[in-house]
Order: sequence, then structure tokens, then C-alpha cells
Amino acid sequence: MSERPQGEAAEIVFDAVTKRYPGRQQPAVSSLSLTIPAGEICVLVGPSGGGKTTAMKMVNRLIDITDGDILIDGRSVRSLAVAELRRGIGYVIQQVGLFPHMTVAGNIATVPRLLGWSGERIAARVRELLELVGLDPVHDRARYPAQLSGGQRQRVGLARALAADPPLMLMDEPFGAIDPITRERLQDEFLRLHREIRKTVIFVTHDIDEAIKMGDRIAILEEGGVLAQYATPEEILARPATEFVARFVGRDRGLKRLALTRLCELELLEPVTVRDGEAVDAAATRLAASELDFVIVVDAQGRPVGRVGAAAGGGVQAVRPGDLGPHAGLETSLRDALSIMLSDSARPLVALDGEGRVAGVVSYELISRALAGGTAPSPTTARTEAAS
Amino acid sequence: MTRLAATEPVIPDFGGGGECVERNRTFCWDWFSDHWGDIFGPALLDHVVLTAIAVSIGFVIALAAALVAHRRGWFETPFTIVAGILYTIPSLALFQLLVPITGLTVTTAEIALVSYTLLILFRNILTGLRGVPEEVREAARGMGLTERQTLWRVELPIALPAVIAGLRVAVVTVISLATVAALIIDQGLGAPIFNAINSPFNTAFIAAGGLAVALALTADGLLVLVQRLASPWAALDRG
Repeated sequence: MSERPQGEAAEIVFDAVTKRYPGRQQPAVSSLSLTIPAGEICVLVGPSGGGKTTAMKMVNRLIDITDGDILIDGRSVRSLAVAELRRGIGYVIQQVGLFPHMTVAGNIATVPRLLGWSGERIAARVRELLELVGLDPVHDRARYPAQLSGGQRQRVGLARALAADPPLMLMDEPFGAIDPITRERLQDEFLRLHREIRKTVIFVTHDIDEAIKMGDRIAILEEGGVLAQYATPEEILARPATEFVARFVGRDRGLKRLALTRLCELELLEPVTVRDGEAVDAAATRLAASELDFVIVVDAQGRPVGRVGAAAGGGVQAVRPGDLGPHAGLETSLRDALSIMLSDSARPLVALDGEGRVAGVVSYELISRALAGGTAPSPTTARTEAAS
Repeated sequence: MTRLAATEPVIPDFGGGGECVERNRTFCWDWFSDHWGDIFGPALLDHVVLTAIAVSIGFVIALAAALVAHRRGWFETPFTIVAGILYTIPSLALFQLLVPITGLTVTTAEIALVSYTLLILFRNILTGLRGVPEEVREAARGMGLTERQTLWRVELPIALPAVIAGLRVAVVTVISLATVAALIIDQGLGAPIFNAINSPFNTAFIAAGGLAVALALTADGLLVLVQRLASPWAALDRG
């Protein structure tokens, strides 16, 4: 697997995979079948006892498969010598498991050394990886794990798993032992990294929010390793397949769905704007035609200075600069946008583009429409989830 | 204790030391340097060789036993019992037990010395190996290191500080016990010490005893140095 061209990802197929432990009635994993398309992040999530870690460890054969098979690009994991198989799969665990007696560079070089790379090639790769995971290639390479923070250790763990450019990565609760702020940063960085390197990733977590954030697809496993649902986060939140899934994703799944959508993905309401210094009257006709009830006053560059209510009775109103009301950038999630609106006088929110110009307006109706129809406006699928 | 009767004349040659020796001052450097070549140098060298052989053999046996016990836990108890019994037998008694079998030979001395290293080294090596964190072992397996590669590249290097700590105790113990070996063989720093005990001559006694102490301190210091150089990470780990 090591001679695969750089950056290529592998398709993973679980084919009726079962794991039974001797002396136990219930299997740990029951006839699990799913296909992970190449280059996607598949999150295995579920309560403890759901067999998610077991399912993952059968891929690199840290746990033996009792029945069924796992295929990496069509090849059974059983067709390779176990050490060779593992060297072709990146492996990241919660406790990281860095080698305390080796420097950062030594840790990262582990698999390339096993594969017999030249010293030059290894050094170059270590430098490249340190940069990729956001560490200092000069200063950090000679440090020992004991000299690193938790977040830095997990970065090194990630770099070590990526060292030989494997087409598949297994990540077992990689950010589980890290403080919430660092965890969020590492999650964001990993997603950014993943857009660059595009590997197939199997990611285990017990945290549904992390699953929703990280997964292209989510496999929810029930007690006994039964697959309850395998779908995109959007699909799982919009249409949980079973009562178990609905309970597992939580009652706030509507809000969670909002977190999946950014303002820039929505068709925002057309704002009614007026130049600073112009009479508000000029916009009166446009205001009457829109569903909005306020005018945004902008400067010459299109940046907002404030908003003016329509109830003013047609007269020219003084604009109080700074009273823009709720506003946010286009990268903001719908969930955060809603929160900003709720905490700031419950008025519609003004969305701003990268230059700070008015890009559109978000109303409660718009959010509710997005929730009903999924991210893309498709009203046909609405209302089916009104139950529960 | 009849075997205490030394084969050499008990009273050292007082000649050549001049006034210091005649007055039996605390320490006569002249006499000591005169006899470095014929008494103390060779005795020190013998002592080093006796110690090195004993610790080496003991280390190989203890390492092998610890590796077995590391993979198969049941082996720990029987080995600990045997090594523990050997460790508790007084050295003089062990010499007496062995002499009828192996005679008044270096072999007898070495068997006794080796048997004192086993428990210390076995315990320390095994503790070191078991101190390797489980997640480190799992990461090694998950990355495709074979069991042997995991042992040599991960487990033993991580165990090294504990192993060297064991070696330090073993080496110092053997250096001190090897002086007693002079009861059965005329080798090492024990011989001049025993000769000096039975004479009033201070210099020989102090020189031989002092050399044994200096040797122990030097060996210990060297091992500390080796450990620092070989495991620079260990100091960080505790900090």
C-alpha cells in the first residue's frame, strides 16, 4: 500500500462484519455493512457498548474479524501481512501514545523508517508535516513529548499518522482528552487539513456534536454493534431513522441542523439600503415591496452605518450611527445567527461580506424556511419531521 | 573458616618504604606507589574483571528471564522466588556450599557473585518494561511495528532508566561482595584487604579498602553518566 501515489484516498467497504467474543452472547459488532467513499470522513458514533471502537480496530486488525470482511479499495484486510497492512493505515488514538524516548521528529519518522525511506526523504517529510499540523519545523522537531502541551502532542500524533501518506486514517476519539477550546481549534484545523489532503478517515467519537461537525457521513451504532443509521449529518438530523437515533441526536436536533448551515449557503433577503445623508423616503417604495420593515443606511463603500425603522411615518429620520442592530459575517452558522438575533432585541440580522459590506438580511422566517427545506430550498421535503 | 589461612605470607614486605613504613604512619604514598605495579594495580584490574563478568552474566540471565516474564506473567513468581533465595543466602555460606562442587576456583566466586545480581536486575528490568504506557504499546502496534521491533525500539529504550538503576545497585553490590571472594581465590582487592587485616600495617589496608570504595563510586558515576546520555528524555519526564 505504501507505493500508492501521494494523496490518493481509498474506498472502504464493511461487508457484513461481525465480532463475537468467546463466552459472550451478544456480538460486539453485528453484521455491519457500510461503504465509505474515498476521501470522506466517516464518523462512527454511539453509546459505549456500541462497538464503534471495535469496528474501527478491525480495519487495521488490532481486533480480529469473526465473520464478514473489510475491503480497502477492493482488497481484503486479511490479504496482507498484518504489519504491512498497518503501515499503510494512519492511526491516531485519544491518549496519542507518543514515544516518550524519541523527539518529535523521531516520532513522526516511525513509519517512514519501517518502510526504509532514506534519511533525506524522512527529514524533508518531517519538515513538511510539522508545517502542515501547525508546529514549528525548526524549534519543535528536537523537543521531547514531555515538553509539549496536550494539543501539541495530538498534533504530533496526527503528523505521525500522516507520515507515510496513507490512503486511510483511523482516529479513535482523537480530541477526546483535550480542553474544549483547543479541541475546537484542532477540529477546525483537521477539517481544513482534510480539505487539502483528502484522505478517507474513520473517526470514532461518543460525542454527537463532534460527529455532526466532523462527519461527511455518520454511522450511528446501537448496543451490540447494530447499525441504526448511516447517512449525512443533515439527513440524520432531519430524518432520524429510528426512535433510538432521534433520542441519541437529542431534542435540540433542529438547532444542530442550524449549526450545519452557514449564512453564505442561504439565499438571503434582499436588503433595502439608502446612502447616508439621503432621505429615507427614497427607499419607501422599495421597502413597501419587500418583506422587511427597516432600511439599512450605508456609507459610500456600501458598509452599514445604522438601520432605520419604517414606522417613522415617512419623514426624514436622523440616523444614529452605530445602531445597526444584530449583524454577523457570512461564515456565521445559522445557529449562531439565531442566537445573535435572540440576544439582540430579536430583530432581523444584517449579514456582512468579507469587506464589511451589506450582503443581505436574515429573518426568522428565512431560518425557519431553511430548517423546513434543508439547506437547499426544496419545500417538498418539509414538514415530514414535524412529529416528535 | 579454616580456609581463611592465606597462601601468601601475612606480613607484607616492609622494605622499600623508608621511615613512613617503619613508623607505620596512617598512609605511606611512597610505599603505595612502589607496590602499585605488583599488588594494587593487578588487584584492581582483577576486581574490575570479576565484577564485569559477574554483572554481564547476571544481566544476560536477568534480561532473558524478564523478557519471558514480560510476555508470560506466570514466570515472574517462580523466578523471583529462586532469585530471592539466592539473594538471601549469606555470601560466606554460599561459598561454603559451592566449594565442594566447583572447588576453590574463579567459577565458584563468579557463581556466587552472579546469583546476587539476579534479583535486583530482574526486578528492575521487568518494572521498566511494565512501566511502558499501554497507549504507547498500542500506538506501536497500530503503526505496524512487529513484536520484536516494539521490544527493541520502544519498550527496552523506555525501560532503560530503570534497567540502569538496577545495574547501578548490582555493580556496587558486586564490587563490595567481590572483596569477600578473596576467601576462596587470591584475586581482586579482597586479597590485600585480608592480608592487611591480619597485620598492623595501615597503608596496605587503607589502600585496598580505599580502592574498592573508589571503584564502586566511579562505576556508579559512570553508569549515571551513561543513563543521562542514553535517556535524555527521562529527566524531562519527571519534571
